[in-house]
Formats: sequence, C-alpha cells, structure tokens
Amino acid sequence: MVDVIVFAVAGLIVLAGGLGVVLNSNPVRSALSLVASFFGVAVLFVLQEAHFLALVQIVVYAGAIVVLFLFVIMLLGVDEVEDLSIEPLSGQRIGGLLAGAALLVFLLGGLFLSGGDEGAVAVTGTESVTQPIDETQPNIDNLATDLFGRNVLAFEATALLLTIATVGAVVLVRNAGAEDLSVDEPGRADH
Amino acid sequence: MRVTETWYLTLSALLFTVGFVGLLVRRNPLVMFMSLELMLNAVNISFVAFANKLDDIAGQTAVFFVLVVAAAEVVVGLSIVVAVMRRRPSITADDLRSLKG
Repeated sequence: MVDVIVFAVAGLIVLAGGLGVVLNSNPVRSALSLVASFFGVAVLFVLQEAHFLALVQIVVYAGAIVVLFLFVIMLLGVDEVEDLSIEPLSGQRIGGLLAGAALLVFLLGGLFLSGGDEGAVAVTGTESVTQPIDETQPNIDNLATDLFGRNVLAFEATALLLTIATVGAVVLVRNAGAEDLSVDEPGRADH
Repeated sequence: MRVTETWYLTLSALLFTVGFVGLLVRRNPLVMFMSLELMLNAVNISFVAFANKLDDIAGQTAVFFVLVVAAAEVVVGLSIVVAVMRRRPSITADDLRSLKG
C-alpha cells in the first residue's frame, strides 16, 4: 500500500513538472519544473530498487544538466517571459496536440491491448537474458558487474563521446574570427 | 493493490507525450531541449520497469548510457544555441531557417 501512495505522489510530481516545462512562459520556471520532474523520476527509481540510478539521476540530471540550462539562460539573458498567446505558425499548436494525442493513443493502445494475462500486462520477453539481478547484493554491485563486464567497450566509448562533446562545445563557442562575427551584433550600430 | 510495471509504462507514455507535444509546440530552443530531456526520462522509467519485471540488470545499464548520451547531447546542443544567440539575441527555432543560406 505504501508503494502505491509513493508511486501516486511521485507520478503526480513527474507529470506536473513535465507540464510545467511545456506550459511555463518563463524559461527559468521551465528549468525549475524540470528539476521537480527529475526528482519524481528519481523517487520512482528508488521504488524500483534502482538506487544507484536514482542517485545519478539527481546528481547528473537535476544537478549538472539543469544547472547548465540555467547557466545558458542567464548567460544569454533570455530569462524573460515569452508571449505564448501569439501563434506564429498557424496550426502549429493544434497540429502538435493532435500528433501528441495520436502518439498517446498508439502507446497506450500498444500497452493495454497487447496484454497477455489480466488484460494489461504488456511486458513480454525472456527473463534474465544477460544478467539476473542478484537480490543479495547491492544494486550498485549488480550494475557494475554488467557495466564493466559485458559493456566495458561501450563504457570506453562513452568516455570518447564525452571528450568529443567537450571539444565540440569549446570549438562551437570559441570566439574565433570575432571581427567578422561582431558586425551584426546589437549595440554595434556604428557599422 | 500493488504497483505493477503497467503503471510505470503508463506514466512513461504520458510523460513521453508531454515532452513530445512540448517539442512540437514550443519555439524557444532551450525549452525544446528541456522537452527532449523529458522524453529521455520517460524512456528511462520504462527501461527500469522492464529491468525489474524481466529480472535483468541490462535495463539499468541502458539507462546509464542514456544518461551519458543525454549529457553529451545537452552540452553540444546548448553550445550551438549559445553560438547562434551570440549573433541574434532572442532567437526562436523559426529564425534558424536563415541557415538555409
């Protein structure tokens, strides 16, 4: 019973945070709603015994990624309210909502119509193909055994990926050829 | 009453749809990125639910990799936004059509 209550509260926070991201006109509020949503997801991870992922979810997502978002918002000074009442591309909203409704029907239909037993259990597949979860060990030991055993090459590849992303970010925002670029910057009306 | 994986998958579908609609409807590139993160999180929820149901740690490993790729994607995406916004402040995604040349 406790887990039902925890799921309900965390699920509500996740969905409310998600809606807050989409519906807020101020990007800073969107980012803070995103934090709430991430925390809800972390609670759901704890509920499913994925303790390490819950921790990483908070540290990496709610910590690093959202701080990066806020940093960029503040750096660019775009933390002003965006007028959401104008719809520059006519039919964009209605089209987006229709596409979203279609996607939702598709997903929930697949979930509830495919059910084997009790009508709504869509999870099929062979159990424990790669590595069963050893309940006697901590979650992080289970994850580490799989990560550094079967997936060690992929893990190395992510190190390369992060290096490439860092170098790419530096190259993209480096102010090379500033003379050429600054011509059409605002505040340089003298040109 | 017990929380089954169907509940998690339903929540995941709802969150994915919210992120999807946000990505289509909003025009601020930063908010579009945030909607993308919501979609990634929705997938993470279902990955963990499957890992639990099928008693296989590989689902949780997949979430780990999604996290790393999401971090890299945010870094590159935000630096593109910064690079573009330096030239034209208060940009919307529609303004990027000037990239057509």
